[in-house]
Amino acid sequence: MGETEDGVRPQRTVFVTVGTTCFDALVRAVGTRDFQQELSARGYTHLVIQMGRGTYTPKKLKQSDGEDGSLVVDYFTFSSSIADYLRSASLVISHAGSGSIFETLRLGKPLIVVVNEDLMDNHQSELAEELAERKHLYCARPQTLYKTIADMDLESLLPYVPGDATPVAKIINRFLGFLDD
Amino acid sequence: MPFPMQIMALGYVVAALTALVLLISIRFLYVVHRSGKLLHGKSQRSYSTLIVLGSGGHTAEMLNLLSVLEKDRFAPRFYIAAATDNMSLQKARLMEDSMSDAAGVKVGKTAKYLQIYRSREVGQSYVTSVWTTLVATTHALYLMIQLRPEVILCNGPGTCIPLCAIAFLFKVLGIRWSSIFYMESIARVKRLSLSGLLLYKLRVADQFFVQWPQLQRKYPRAEYVGCLM
Repeated sequence: MGETEDGVRPQRTVFVTVGTTCFDALVRAVGTRDFQQELSARGYTHLVIQMGRGTYTPKKLKQSDGEDGSLVVDYFTFSSSIADYLRSASLVISHAGSGSIFETLRLGKPLIVVVNEDLMDNHQSELAEELAERKHLYCARPQTLYKTIADMDLESLLPYVPGDATPVAKIINRFLGFLDD
Repeated sequence: MPFPMQIMALGYVVAALTALVLLISIRFLYVVHRSGKLLHGKSQRSYSTLIVLGSGGHTAEMLNLLSVLEKDRFAPRFYIAAATDNMSLQKARLMEDSMSDAAGVKVGKTAKYLQIYRSREVGQSYVTSVWTTLVATTHALYLMIQLRPEVILCNGPGTCIPLCAIAFLFKVLGIRWSSIFYMESIARVKRLSLSGLLLYKLRVADQFFVQWPQLQRKYPRAEYVGCLM
């Protein structure tokens, strides 16, 4: 993606992903006109929604539907190439699953994690809040997402340095009596 | 005189039962005492290893660990995942197939892939999970009798509980001594998961790893190892 023909704005895509969950509250929040206008105002040109098992379908918008400079909106349920969507995105809005979070952070993409408050055992907010405190991402709820987008300063986010499993491997090896080489 | 004979026989049975219960109790205490301590001496051989895959983020974390473990030390490797989880075993297979040992020989041959009924699906109520846990435990027992692993690696969720409970039982009964390593998910920052809490409190896990310092402060027997992802 990136730059397109002369005179056309470079494509900047916001990718929304809910993983394998059902998270209609998020899909609804990104489907609102206010929200999409805010994205447009911030220079984003496309909004792609991976809506998972949700039942609420947002409205698709083609380039020709609106006036010049309006947001192009598309959605799908599942895809085997989520990684490609993440890679080509300029901003990722994700559910709070750790898989999505770390995949996005590893790609160095700006990330807003939206916590699903309808889950029974809602431990997921712990990780998102901790990483937000460390300034690796923004953490929001469906109802505060608009404000988060309006107030966000992507420059202030810090890159995430991927973790390392070797300390665990070392302890396990030592425990079992393997000599360290 | 049949009457005193019967009494005597009963006496023997009671004595034998008491001895057995006593023996198992002593063995139980020994296992609890011995768990968590380093295995004796230096090891040269390989350990048959059971790897319990959790789904989604759990699987990614586990495979991250597997990618840095020496495959010749942990062999054969049995990967186990919930029957409803189609992705995890596929990912494990992908990782195994992509790896070769130091001599350039493919290591994937020492890996096997198995499925297990799950004790509790995400979002399932705690009441119905009593029954599903029973089914899962029976299936787990069948698998564990076949595999009898020496090392168990798990990081939640519920799938690992029946397997670890049976492994602990095998230790008490002297069927198989296994070392159980539990790695709490990176998603747990302030509180342990239910699986983690059970294995920690009941001292079933020989080594218990957490990925955030806050958790280590709360659960001092846990080992803080930093983020795996």
